[in-house]
Amino acid sequence: MDEVLSVRGLSKRYGQGCPACYELTGPRFETNLCPRCGSVVAAHDVSFSLYQGEILGIMGESGSGKSTAVKCLYFDEPPSAGSAEFFDQGEAYQLFDLNNAQQRRLANQRFGMVYQNPHLGLNFDISAGGNIAERLLMSNVDNYAQIRQRAISLLSRTEVLAERMDEMPRNFSGGMQQRVQIAKALATNPPLLFLDEVTTGLDLSVQAAILDLILEIQQQSRTSMIVVTHDLGVIRLLADRTLVMKYGRVIESGLTDQILEDPQHAYTQRLVASAL
Amino acid sequence: MNQEHFGFLDEYAKKEVRRATLKAVAIPGYQVPYSSREMPMGRGFGTGGLQLTLALIGRGETLKVIDQGSDDSVNAVNLRSFIEMTCPGIHTTIRTEQADLIQSRHRIPEKPLREDQLLVLQVPYPDALVVVEASEDRRKLLHGEADYSRLLVKLYEDIVKFSEITISHRYPTRINGHYVIDPSPIPRWDVPKLHNSPALILLGAGREKKIYAVPPYTQAEPLAFEDVPFRVEDFSDEHGQRRSCVRCGCNSSFLDEYVDSATGEQVYRCSDSDWCNQQLEQQQGVEQAVEVANG
Ligand SMILES: Nc1ncnc2c1ncn2[C@@H]1O[C@H](COP(=O)(O)OP(=O)(O)OP(=O)(O)O)[C@@H](O)[C@H]1O
Ligand SMILES: [Mg+2]
Ligand SMILES: [Zn+2]
Repeated sequence: MDEVLSVRGLSKRYGQGCPACYELTGPRFETNLCPRCGSVVAAHDVSFSLYQGEILGIMGESGSGKSTAVKCLYFDEPPSAGSAEFFDQGEAYQLFDLNNAQQRRLANQRFGMVYQNPHLGLNFDISAGGNIAERLLMSNVDNYAQIRQRAISLLSRTEVLAERMDEMPRNFSGGMQQRVQIAKALATNPPLLFLDEVTTGLDLSVQAAILDLILEIQQQSRTSMIVVTHDLGVIRLLADRTLVMKYGRVIESGLTDQILEDPQHAYTQRLVASAL
Repeated sequence: MNQEHFGFLDEYAKKEVRRATLKAVAIPGYQVPYSSREMPMGRGFGTGGLQLTLALIGRGETLKVIDQGSDDSVNAVNLRSFIEMTCPGIHTTIRTEQADLIQSRHRIPEKPLREDQLLVLQVPYPDALVVVEASEDRRKLLHGEADYSRLLVKLYEDIVKFSEITISHRYPTRINGHYVIDPSPIPRWDVPKLHNSPALILLGAGREKKIYAVPPYTQAEPLAFEDVPFRVEDFSDEHGQRRSCVRCGCNSSFLDEYVDSATGEQVYRCSDSDWCNQQLEQQQGVEQAVEVANG
């Protein structure tokens, strides 16, 4: 199978840091806060590979560092240490060695991001169609009719009525806003998609429909995805493989089925037991 | 006025403006910061253009100052007399073709400019991105990467709402394939004159402390879509007939709209008063035109 992303030793520390930060934090100490210097070790030594067409789940309780890992990969935050290599169209990119312009080009054209909060992923001052247009325009599509056509087909694919494409995102329900965000993320046919708690806070029936949509996208386009969630149900449904994080560390990883059936770490065991 | 202070500004300030100008010419469309000086008039009254003019004009050279196409408006008259007073030995003119340096607000003369002429435009808001990005630091990044997608989204939204691009002034224009400039509040009519202009065009923003340039024979493309091209104002009447100036009859110039106070009718007149006068001269002979200009 083709590797799309290779992450090695990714760490993110907030605060000035000290030599003890990494030694005195993590699951063993039940904290991500360095007792010496007060820095937050939001993520440390995260390593994984992602293959083409695969959905990798990142699961863990609130504050365990799931979003941090994804934010670093999408260039929302610079990492404190580690490397990530992205393989695309015969090229290999060391993500954290690229300059800002190169990083933005990848984020705009080759990655897609869907946030829990639609205000982060959508510009609420422009229409739903305008949001999709923006991503296409960043990729130098400069034909108005083509942009309209592409926006209509993306919105219908994510089951947003094309008649509503010129409305402002604030007119839409939460579930619709997520669908517009997904359509925007897909605009450039990116091979890699990051999804951070995209169904959290939505009604159960709306959640189910959006999860179906994500599976459909994966099957049709062979898009690789990293799905961040604290919801075991989402992991069970979507993820081929899963990382379990706690206090900034990966405490368990493997095939999702195996983790759910035979969790090794006591924390995962409790998590799985409580969800049954 | 003290002879040693030709041009009002001290020599250091003039040199700084000239250095900024050279840099602006070297990087077409790039907004070069400079330490805009206090002038004896409020910023926003053309002090950016004025500092360029004062730093660049020399004895024996001829100046024209226009405001919205007119040499006679209060602003144009004030600026012209200030420059005359502080730059002894210069000449002034209202004739476009006689001017070495033209300082203008809101218009580019109708008569095509020549290589030996210099146009200085007064700019209130130098950054075309200010409408889509409030932070200057982030605007600089966008300019650096020539990322104008958010401006194009504004055009997209315009077409969605109004079926056309409705920007009437300050039309965002890409210079030399990279930087997009705010070409100052000139109408769309004047934007094509920036493209491959034989004359050097300098733009000065006093309040925002920026100088930028469209050097001679440089590409200037208004932002648009491949299938929804940029268009200048349409002066056709309801019958599809091109309107003409009530005064000189010209039907190829940029027209201002007035309501005739006697008849209450809408009438149109050349916005460029020198152009209008010269059209009349051609028709009526020189003597009559002089009367018109004087009266
Ligand atoms: N900008 C920041 N400055 C300081 N600390 C931060 C910052 N951003 C995140 N953190 C901290 O980093 C840790 C990991 O945060 P992160 O958002 O990655 O958690 P998460 O696993 O996504 O949690 P949730 O499920 O609540 O979204 C938390 O302790 C958080 O408070
Ligand atoms: Mg999170
Ligand atoms: Zn520390």
